[in-house]
Amino acid sequence: MEEKIAIRVDDLTVAYNYKPVLWDIDLTIPEGVLMAIVGPNGAGKSTLIKSILGIIDPIAGSVSIYDKPYVKQRKLVAYVPQKGSVDWDFPTTALDVVMMGTYGKLGWIKRPGQKEKKAALEALEKVGMLPFKNRQISQLSGGQQQRVFLARALVQNAAIYFMDEPFQGVDATTEIAIINILKELRKAGKTVVVVHHDLQTVPEYFDWVTFLNVKKIATGPVKDIFNDDNLTKTYGINYKVAVNQ
Amino acid sequence: MDIQEYFSLVFSDYTLRTITLGTAILGAICGMLGSFAVLRKQSLLGDAISHAALPGIALAFMITGTKDTNLLLLGALVSGLIGTFWIRGMITKTHLKSDTALGLVLSLFFGFGMLLLTFIQKQPNANQAGLDKYLFGQAATLVEKDVTLMAIVTGMCLIIMLLFWKEFKILLFDADYTKTLGFNTRFIDILITFFIVLAIVLGLQTVGVVLMSAMLLAPAAAARQWTNKLSVMIFLAAIFGAFSGVFGTAISASQNNLSTGPVIVLVAAVFVFISFIFSPGRGILFKQIRFWQNRRDLKLQKTLQFMFDIAKGHEDISHPHAIKILNNFQGYTKGSLKKMEEKNWVEVEGQKWSLTHDGYTVAKNLYTQE
Repeated sequence: MEEKIAIRVDDLTVAYNYKPVLWDIDLTIPEGVLMAIVGPNGAGKSTLIKSILGIIDPIAGSVSIYDKPYVKQRKLVAYVPQKGSVDWDFPTTALDVVMMGTYGKLGWIKRPGQKEKKAALEALEKVGMLPFKNRQISQLSGGQQQRVFLARALVQNAAIYFMDEPFQGVDATTEIAIINILKELRKAGKTVVVVHHDLQTVPEYFDWVTFLNVKKIATGPVKDIFNDDNLTKTYGINYKVAVNQ
Repeated sequence: MDIQEYFSLVFSDYTLRTITLGTAILGAICGMLGSFAVLRKQSLLGDAISHAALPGIALAFMITGTKDTNLLLLGALVSGLIGTFWIRGMITKTHLKSDTALGLVLSLFFGFGMLLLTFIQKQPNANQAGLDKYLFGQAATLVEKDVTLMAIVTGMCLIIMLLFWKEFKILLFDADYTKTLGFNTRFIDILITFFIVLAIVLGLQTVGVVLMSAMLLAPAAAARQWTNKLSVMIFLAAIFGAFSGVFGTAISASQNNLSTGPVIVLVAAVFVFISFIFSPGRGILFKQIRFWQNRRDLKLQKTLQFMFDIAKGHEDISHPHAIKILNNFQGYTKGSLKKMEEKNWVEVEGQKWSLTHDGYTVAKNLYTQE
């Protein structure tokens, strides 16, 4: 089977004021991988995702999804933002938030109908949140909120998923539930890119990894490049990797 | 005139009807749009915009020399919009925090407006009297033409809101995500902001520059307490706003013509006060009651758990034990024992208690249920 390139990033550079946050990033991500982006705080992991998705305007560089510019391929891409990026006291229910995932395909003005509702309920079921569908979102636990966000992305039925720290502040049960869904997505041929913090779980969860610290340090299959050398280059200190123990 | 008289006159008296209708419509549109401002955490934006409108009024008068309301409000609209763009510009270009930008624009524009007003008042022009009504508002000057304009803008706003309901909702909740779905968030944002500016400008004549932001915020803050649904919140905010307008006008007209704007705002504040205390879900009162109830229940459960620990050591779980053993345990009172008896968790006979089967099952499942 010929390997297709799902995401291609060329010369991406982002700066706040005069300080570069991302410097000349080139990245090719093949279709069907489950990839972690790792790096220290302030390495630009979230910024990388956000500039790929056009939320942040880069100074230079381009992004293509399946060989076409990102703006033409938006419908192929789903996004799970950091849980803390929204106000969970917003007056709405879990089901309503998941329904938002259908808005992109609906386009302007058109309202979601029965078909969209059915898709949203299915997504809620997949993440185990169906019993909470009518719950006000502030009354959900952190892990449940994260599952709702994941369901909202699932409902987009995309080919590529970007997730910003989906494991942050969730308990072990939720973490396992989420990673199982991500692995299922990969099995279905989807490409999943995850900003990840826990180095211990990288080899277990992911098959592809990108080391980032303002510049791209390395990218490739976990089994080839997830080693002391790259970790040291990325984090600046000699890192004892759990896998080597 | 007392309040009763007011309400009997409101349908027959032309002036009274016009003013009441005007304040009601104004309250409704402000409540609606205020909900957006509150949910976007831009509560102070309204304050900044209304103050920023003042120099526009003064300049419009200086240029045209007339006191035609529509012309002056057009001036207010232009300067309000300029203020808004300055705020946005400052936040994006200089990395100042939004409260700083809001504060700067508010005081800068208001100061300039006051300067122009005092300058105009020094002019030997008899026409200038009355411009200062825009500071605190004067509902009595509302005429049919003004109310018609308000009604048209409110209608337009309603149509736009219904049309772009889905887009407004998702932008309010998660702007970044909205962008990734391919929506032009700038357009939605500008649409919302434009209508907020429009509502503020319409209210200047009635409520005035200084108090206008309360018209936006108070009904929305009150409405948020009663519901967890966006549509209901906006609807309630409109109702609260409209009632504030009507009651405020009624009170001010019946009490020797108290200034209407401040009275409307105070009535709106009463709505907020009542909502903060008495709303069932989020109100202080019911929260406190639930807290007490929980504490009482927990105390009972603690005692039950203790009894369970004793009883499970015996073959017969209903084996009686002396009440005295409970004495060393904090959760125990005579009252709680009685309550447990009512719930059929325990049976008390003389100085002894015994756990019932019901009590046993409840205690066993106390901490295992989800």
